[in-house]
Amino acid sequence: MSESESGTVAVAQGEGRRAAVLEMRGITKRYPGVLANDGIDLDVRAGEIHALLGENGAGKSTLMNILYGLAVPDQGEILLDGKPVEISGPHEAISRGISMVHQHFMLVPVLSIAENILLGEEPMANPILMDRAASHRRIRELGQRFGWEVDPEQRVGSLSVGWQQRVEILKALYRNARVLVLDEPTAVLTPQETKEIFEVLRTLRAEGYAVIFISHKLYEVLEVADRITVIRRGKVVGSRIPSETDEEDLAEMMVGREVQLTADRGESHPGEPMLVVEGLRVRDDRGRETVHDVAFEVRAGEVFGIAGVAGNGQDELVEALVGLRHVAGGSVKLGGRDVTGHSPRDLHQAGVGFVPGDRHRFGLVLAFPITDNLVLNDYYLAPYATGMRRNEEAIRTYAEQAIAEYDVRTPSATIPASNLSGGNQQKVIVAREFEGDLKLLVLDQPTRGLDVGSIEFIHRQAVARRDTGVAILLVSAELDEVLELSDRIGVMYRGRLVAVLDGRSADREEVGLLMATGGRESGVQPQTMEDGA
Amino acid sequence: MTTAAPPAPAASNAPRRRSLGERIRAVALLPAIAIGLALVIGAIVIILSSPLIHGFDPALPLVAYRALAEGSFGSVQALINTLVNATPLVLAGLAVGIGFKAGLFNIGAQGQFLLGAVSATVTAIALNEASPWVAIPLSLLAGMAGGLAWGFIPGFLKAFTGAHEVVTTIMLNFVAIHLVSVIISGPLRGTNVTFARTDEFAAAALPVLIGRNGHLGLLFALVAVPLAWWIIYRSTVGFEIRTVGANPDAARYAGMHPRWITVLTMSACGLLAGLAGAGEILGEVRYMPASYGTTVGFDAIAVALLGRAHPVGILFAGLLFGAMQAGAGLMQVQAGVPAQMVGLLQAVILFFLAAELVVRQVLRVRTGDGEMVSELQTVSQSYGDQSSR
Amino acid sequence: MDAIYGIPVIGLVIQFVAYLIEAFPVLAPTIVAAATPIALGALCGFMNERSGVVNIGIEGMMLTAAFVAWWTASIAAQLVPDFRLAVLGITLPLLIGLVAAVAAAMLVSAVHAWLSISVRADQIISGTIINIFAVAITGYLNLLISRQSPPSAGSFQALRLPSAIEDIPVVGWLIDAFITVGPIGLSMLISVILLQVLLFRSRWGLRTRAVGEHPKAAETVGIDVIRLRYRNVILGGVFAGLAGAYLTIEFGSAFQGEMTAGRGFIALAALIFGRWTPIGALGAALLFTTSIGLERSIRFAPPEGQLGELLTAVPLQFYSALPYLITIIVLAGVVGRSIAPAAVGKPYERESKAA
Repeated sequence: MSESESGTVAVAQGEGRRAAVLEMRGITKRYPGVLANDGIDLDVRAGEIHALLGENGAGKSTLMNILYGLAVPDQGEILLDGKPVEISGPHEAISRGISMVHQHFMLVPVLSIAENILLGEEPMANPILMDRAASHRRIRELGQRFGWEVDPEQRVGSLSVGWQQRVEILKALYRNARVLVLDEPTAVLTPQETKEIFEVLRTLRAEGYAVIFISHKLYEVLEVADRITVIRRGKVVGSRIPSETDEEDLAEMMVGREVQLTADRGESHPGEPMLVVEGLRVRDDRGRETVHDVAFEVRAGEVFGIAGVAGNGQDELVEALVGLRHVAGGSVKLGGRDVTGHSPRDLHQAGVGFVPGDRHRFGLVLAFPITDNLVLNDYYLAPYATGMRRNEEAIRTYAEQAIAEYDVRTPSATIPASNLSGGNQQKVIVAREFEGDLKLLVLDQPTRGLDVGSIEFIHRQAVARRDTGVAILLVSAELDEVLELSDRIGVMYRGRLVAVLDGRSADREEVGLLMATGGRESGVQPQTMEDGA
Repeated sequence: MTTAAPPAPAASNAPRRRSLGERIRAVALLPAIAIGLALVIGAIVIILSSPLIHGFDPALPLVAYRALAEGSFGSVQALINTLVNATPLVLAGLAVGIGFKAGLFNIGAQGQFLLGAVSATVTAIALNEASPWVAIPLSLLAGMAGGLAWGFIPGFLKAFTGAHEVVTTIMLNFVAIHLVSVIISGPLRGTNVTFARTDEFAAAALPVLIGRNGHLGLLFALVAVPLAWWIIYRSTVGFEIRTVGANPDAARYAGMHPRWITVLTMSACGLLAGLAGAGEILGEVRYMPASYGTTVGFDAIAVALLGRAHPVGILFAGLLFGAMQAGAGLMQVQAGVPAQMVGLLQAVILFFLAAELVVRQVLRVRTGDGEMVSELQTVSQSYGDQSSR
Repeated sequence: MDAIYGIPVIGLVIQFVAYLIEAFPVLAPTIVAAATPIALGALCGFMNERSGVVNIGIEGMMLTAAFVAWWTASIAAQLVPDFRLAVLGITLPLLIGLVAAVAAAMLVSAVHAWLSISVRADQIISGTIINIFAVAITGYLNLLISRQSPPSAGSFQALRLPSAIEDIPVVGWLIDAFITVGPIGLSMLISVILLQVLLFRSRWGLRTRAVGEHPKAAETVGIDVIRLRYRNVILGGVFAGLAGAYLTIEFGSAFQGEMTAGRGFIALAALIFGRWTPIGALGAALLFTTSIGLERSIRFAPPEGQLGELLTAVPLQFYSALPYLITIIVLAGVVGRSIAPAAVGKPYERESKAA
């Protein structure tokens, strides 16, 4: 902990309207091999929404974990109301008025709304039993502040994502927070829900809360924040006021060089339809139909993008197309051949490559060496196997070649995939899936969580395959990525493909509205508490 | 085991950056430390309990351990006894270890062993008058089939209903005990016996090849170990098993069938344990009692863990535990130390292996290898996901 | 009635139910006595698994406690005065045995907690170690001690109720069966009810459920996951200790090697069958031991007629195996579903350690 005089604290930086409620000074945190935070300064005032902007892996989450007592900084100090404090754990953070809404909701599905909110701050009727009546009353009252009709007995596991977000916010407010941190709160929300969250944030600001809003979405930050602090590679690179900046400026700060917000994708020359989907219906794990009667085609040599808010049936659509999920109805044709309901292996043989959204789940066996991961689909085929016998030599020769070709940074072909960085792991998958006699590439959130360099690499590779006549289906919750690469864009809403637009002329607002409403006039949908209405 | 391919000539084409000595040190150092620490703790227990034996005697552990060693390695017959004890442990150890590779925790080697034994018994009694050339192979096959069935059930339930194999195999162990009791005390009860057991086997009894009791069954483990090694590490099926164990979702995308691999692996595990039971009953006991007391199932877990789920490691671990069991009798006679000391040593060895991280830190041991059995990460952590399939 | 009896199957079912109703009042005390250690063992599992720790070592914990209770009570009987309370056959040596048994089981639980929570070893292996260790150490010491044939300290006695209760129509025998038990039997009843209420109504219960389902969420609201898990696992040892002591100083008065005979595993089954609730586990334990009671009843007093022929034709071992078969069927989801706490078996790592 570096000591600095605490006398000068009360003087707020910037315009000095109000004193900072919270100050973090010179926060430094090292993890093995990474300098996650490097002397970060941050201050937040009461009645302010302060946005923390940065790429994935820039160090935002580490900084907030330190604030919340989940990580211990190597250097630096935290001041509340000008007094240095040491936050040794979440309990301490909460008791000092700091609350956090985590990116991945910290809710216990089997518990009720009330139980989730009370957990850790239980009102007691006597030393042993809880006072349920009083707490339920208070939770209802809290909800009414935002016009929410809360049923405290409802199980959280049955709530929609939007409602879970509300429970998280109630949880924070129930604890009498003064400083509220929201870590990427909009990542899983529809534009409507996002708007609503912004309204809530503005209400909180008016009531005098200090709000830290973490995001990597430029327009959101510009819309809602009072101040924006940008961090890159663990360092603060600058602060801005929304009225004095724009997306280009922020993007450059965030990435560290001038960024073309739209990549150069060149000309495409679409040919014959390669993938033809008709009347496709798919069910989710719980047996509910989440893809209804979807039809589209992807032509050879074009990128067909599917935009949509996460959870509108894209996952099930993709899994059905690569053979991981049962097709409940309709047909899928590949190059004129009916492949409806074929297994992943058959589809792979027929020329389908797949870059999964969750690379640790479907893409890689982390415990296995790179060699085995590179032949994960073809391990049983010559030259990698003769009958039942594996040919280690052939596997290794191929692996070394692929590692060189796809620029996978690794000391050896035989180290486990878990030792690679995220970008290099994704390159291993790309090396495996982009190879061979391809007809169709299914890219599901291919760049999620990657650094800009890796994103560009993967986009370049995708465009290169497109130019050799491969049909590419790109599914992404990142509208920007879809707009950037697609020749045509389909929009998914509640399991239906509600529109197909030309990729080069599509308007961001128009696509956003389609994603949010499905193109119906009525626009705003009443938000239901139950999931999957 | 349908493969007819011969064991491949070693890993000549595997990458080899470390020398053989270094590799042996890397995998064997911690087990060796665990064994050493267990002997120390065992010695302390013996000294503390010596007043109950002959009076306080700090030298008693030396006497006891010497008798233990003599009983297991001191003569040709002692060595044979060691092999006889080690054989079922190695086979059942493989039945647990191969399960680990597929991400399965087979606590059911006990029940599979019993089913193997009783299936072999039924066949052996039925073929008591037949030629040994018919009776022996058929009885062994029946034993393997019985074990396989008892492995198939939890495998199938895990794959298609999500019922966790840890619980189902424990339950099946007890069902097996009662099933054996029904069969042996009922239809198969012998004619000239004082307690519930079968008659002596005639045609199906395994021939003794060496010493007093060095029966044919000793060869089973010697065949099973290289075969298991080849299948796991050098065959495509083994690759599928290991992939399913490490990441079932990725296995599914790679075109493998995790459910069937689960069924196949559990069945193969059951087969091995069943063979262990058949060999033990046909070769060593030579009749089947209605309540066959054995701890082979839990010993097999210890063997698999000490052998790090590697067939060669399991061979050595099985030999070690087999030797301890072979010498336990002499230890009890010569030193007055109860034979249960062997179980105690096993538990303490396992304890130090389980607390491996702590042992490493305290003793500042650095070896290249990571965890005891890395596949275990996927094993018991799936316990809470029982109903999510 | 004869017409109904004439219909095959249905007639038999009715006869069977009639037989059960007739046999139950006689069997009830046996069933409750057999269910007591199983229910107590299940409470031990409950404390572990509800907070996210698998425990297949209940059997070993019970066995250790059974031995320690018997041994210390026996030693105490030779050393301390034979102080005797008027009720329940409580003597000082037996109390010392009980306390020692509970302490021993808590100690074993503490080892399980350390391996499972701090070392983050595999929890099933930890349970296996406990089982192997318990069989070995109790067998080892029992062999040495029994050579000197130590005196028995006797056992706790059952509560004597006024006969008026037994005479209450319809349910009198039921109350009688549950209340006419020794101190450990009573503690089981009280514990089951208490834990059931606490689980759903108390702060401890809420936090325990949260920690067993989603420890990270619990940590982020300031709950010390590690400490709560330690506390619950070690407290769970109390129940395994009571279960073991029940076998050697209440139900019986002597120790035999491996005398738990799988009760710890049936307890695990009862916990699962009872859907991880105390009341459910007690119900499952009673159901399981009813099956065992039935075996005895059929052996000694089989019903007459066709039903009797049928029941005696079934091998008696079938009734003993029934609890295990039922558990497998329930787990397979054929009848209902039993859902484990989501975090069970997963060691918890504080976020600060993960990058």
